[in-house]
Amino acid sequence: MQAKRDFSHYVRELGSGLAHIDLAVEGVSCAGCMAKIERGLSAIPDVTLARVNLTDRRVALEWKQGALDPARFVDRLAELGYKAYPFERVGAETLEAEQSRFLLRCLGVAAFATMNVMMLSVPVWSGVDMLPAQRDFFHWLSALIALPAAAYAGQPFFRSAWRALRSRNVNMDVPISIGVILALGMSVVETIGHADHAYFDAAIMLLAFLLAGRTLDQRMRLKTRAVAGNLAALRAETAAKFVSADEISELPVAAIRAGDVVLLRPGERCAVDGTVIDGRSEIDQSLITGETLYAPAGQGTLVYAGTLNISGTLRVRVSAAAEGTLLADIGRLLDNAVQARSRYVRLADRASRLYAPAVHAAALLTLLGWLLLGAGWHDAIVTAIAVLIITCPCALGLAIPAVQTVAAGALFKAGVLLNSGDAIERLAEVDRVIFDKTGTLTLPELDVVNCAGVPKDVLALAGRLALSSHHPVAAAVARAAAATSPVKGVVEVPGEGVHGFVNGVEMRLGKPSFCAAGQLADSDAVRDPEVSLVAFRRGEARYLFAVRQFLRPDAEAVIAALRQRGIAVEILSGDREAAVSAAAQSLGISDWRAGVTPADKVARLEEVKRSGSRVMMVGDGLNDAPSLAAAYVSMSPVSATHLSQTTADLVFLGNRLAPVVTAIDLSRKALRLMRQNLWLAVVYNVLAVPIAIVGLVTPLIAAAAMSGSSLLVMLNALRAHPRRAAWKSW
Amino acid sequence: MEVLVILVPLALALGLVGLLGFLWSLRSGQYEDLEGAAWRAIADDEPAREQRPAPYGP
Repeated sequence: MQAKRDFSHYVRELGSGLAHIDLAVEGVSCAGCMAKIERGLSAIPDVTLARVNLTDRRVALEWKQGALDPARFVDRLAELGYKAYPFERVGAETLEAEQSRFLLRCLGVAAFATMNVMMLSVPVWSGVDMLPAQRDFFHWLSALIALPAAAYAGQPFFRSAWRALRSRNVNMDVPISIGVILALGMSVVETIGHADHAYFDAAIMLLAFLLAGRTLDQRMRLKTRAVAGNLAALRAETAAKFVSADEISELPVAAIRAGDVVLLRPGERCAVDGTVIDGRSEIDQSLITGETLYAPAGQGTLVYAGTLNISGTLRVRVSAAAEGTLLADIGRLLDNAVQARSRYVRLADRASRLYAPAVHAAALLTLLGWLLLGAGWHDAIVTAIAVLIITCPCALGLAIPAVQTVAAGALFKAGVLLNSGDAIERLAEVDRVIFDKTGTLTLPELDVVNCAGVPKDVLALAGRLALSSHHPVAAAVARAAAATSPVKGVVEVPGEGVHGFVNGVEMRLGKPSFCAAGQLADSDAVRDPEVSLVAFRRGEARYLFAVRQFLRPDAEAVIAALRQRGIAVEILSGDREAAVSAAAQSLGISDWRAGVTPADKVARLEEVKRSGSRVMMVGDGLNDAPSLAAAYVSMSPVSATHLSQTTADLVFLGNRLAPVVTAIDLSRKALRLMRQNLWLAVVYNVLAVPIAIVGLVTPLIAAAAMSGSSLLVMLNALRAHPRRAAWKSW
Repeated sequence: MEVLVILVPLALALGLVGLLGFLWSLRSGQYEDLEGAAWRAIADDEPAREQRPAPYGP
């Protein structure tokens, strides 16, 4: 039963009869895929544009409006072997993309001005056969290029410095802006006074270097956002909305409004929050509360996005966040936690709080010193400004973004997406990790326990049959059998199972009672409350599969690796005591708490925080969202609820827990390099400042010192790239 | 040194052309997909579309 898919929410009308849609595509990685997709889609009549973006893994499509249904593109891509889904840029990514373009434009302007001013400066520096009038002419030309260019390209720095100053703060952009403005101002005054030296080149070059660093940083962040956006799109969260009393249409969640009624079939994950108005079923709320036992649902039961419907069909009325529900509680806790989040001061800003006063004091002392020694006002001011120019924090401004870019790239390769810019610094200082159990330490999906006890051919058949079912338990059987070819003509009985015929023999897969295997199930000794049973019947032969949630394959090794790094490990779960203690025991974790509410989780985090620990929270459920915000730094698996993923500082991909350790290792290394870079910048200043104080700085020395120190810092930052493959101990 | 009167404006004009070229390429979205662009350079040309009249026969 495939309801009509309605993608009209994502279609943009371009005017002149053309329509546009963006699709996120999974698995596009090479030029071959790119050509294959573009040709495959262009071959559809009426398509006017099909262009793959290999960086973002997306396809932009344009076609003549009319008979063509956008769902056809998704089907065509599926035929070509790619999973695709319409995609809508969310606010954060649009903003980052705009920012990225603006930075690149600034960089272009600054680079153009730098090259041309340098071309004018080099003859002045070499000074061969240059008449004073010619020198003045070159200085004026430099001013003509550098002043407008700096006014444009300096915007990112000036704006950020102004924002910081207005809130009575100092960030790295404050000394940068002061340095650039004073250097340009003094150069203009000197040019008017027919002086030897002007610093247009140094000021504009500084901007170009810093913009290069920031642009790279921004690009990396944009790439991470794009991947996160694709993952969200490819989850294809849809809901079956009732468009009339008994007619449904499959709509993307973004197009569902409060008050709509949606159908929730067995095996489907609810994509909206709402209240059940009709039907009876069992629901799995583990992604919401951590509780793995199924709960009964009937008229009036509240369901949340992420709830899995197990047995019956439900009609759900979509609600906007209602007061007094679990969701409202979590929302309130989350708001409090976000507000209370002790404003972490970035390393760069801490450095600039020390740096800016020191440099400005040095310049002032230089001014006073020269005045006391009897120099004129003009000379004293020029020397003082030269101190500011030579200390202008080029290396300092690059020290952290450069490392961050390389480290974020390495994390990206290791399957960790960065949500927040300063997460690397915070992650490096973690000394305690608190894990949620359900979906974090355990895999988000179910797996078959007793594969070995079932004959291979039976497992393969059951797997093929299971492909026709939507039920999560059936999905586990299909995965265990690695089944790929579904059996034809299979009928699904909602809430019971599937049945069909292979070579004339009837096959059934589903509830033990559905397969007449009730006795077998009762006699089965495995009465673990975590285990669900699914029966398979071929003719008269009956088999039982036991299905349960497993720990992530490398959970134990990851816990050991964390301990080895001197990091304490703890479990904080909303699940029952029996389930949590079993998991804790098999992982060798003695510090665990079960049945914890979202508020208790936050309270526990506060308690640990007061004892001076820096805690990382790793969790996936809706109930974890407030504690993810309250922790020093937080991480979520990609299977987490939407709210948790956007709250967490980092998101890791895949079924393994190893990215947690890799991320800690990489960030520790990155923090070390950031500190090293800051020291390199300090050493450079210690060497250069005395030269400036005694008044020996020429524009040539300023330019050479600036590019030299920037290069050094950039090269050091490249070491953040892991030389060997990231942490793998098995 | 009179040559400067020609050379300096010429150099600046060339630089400006470069800058305008860069801004144009930025506006037309050429920096949106750096990875794809690298591969497109070596990809085969698309086969000719069928709209062209067949070279032989009726």
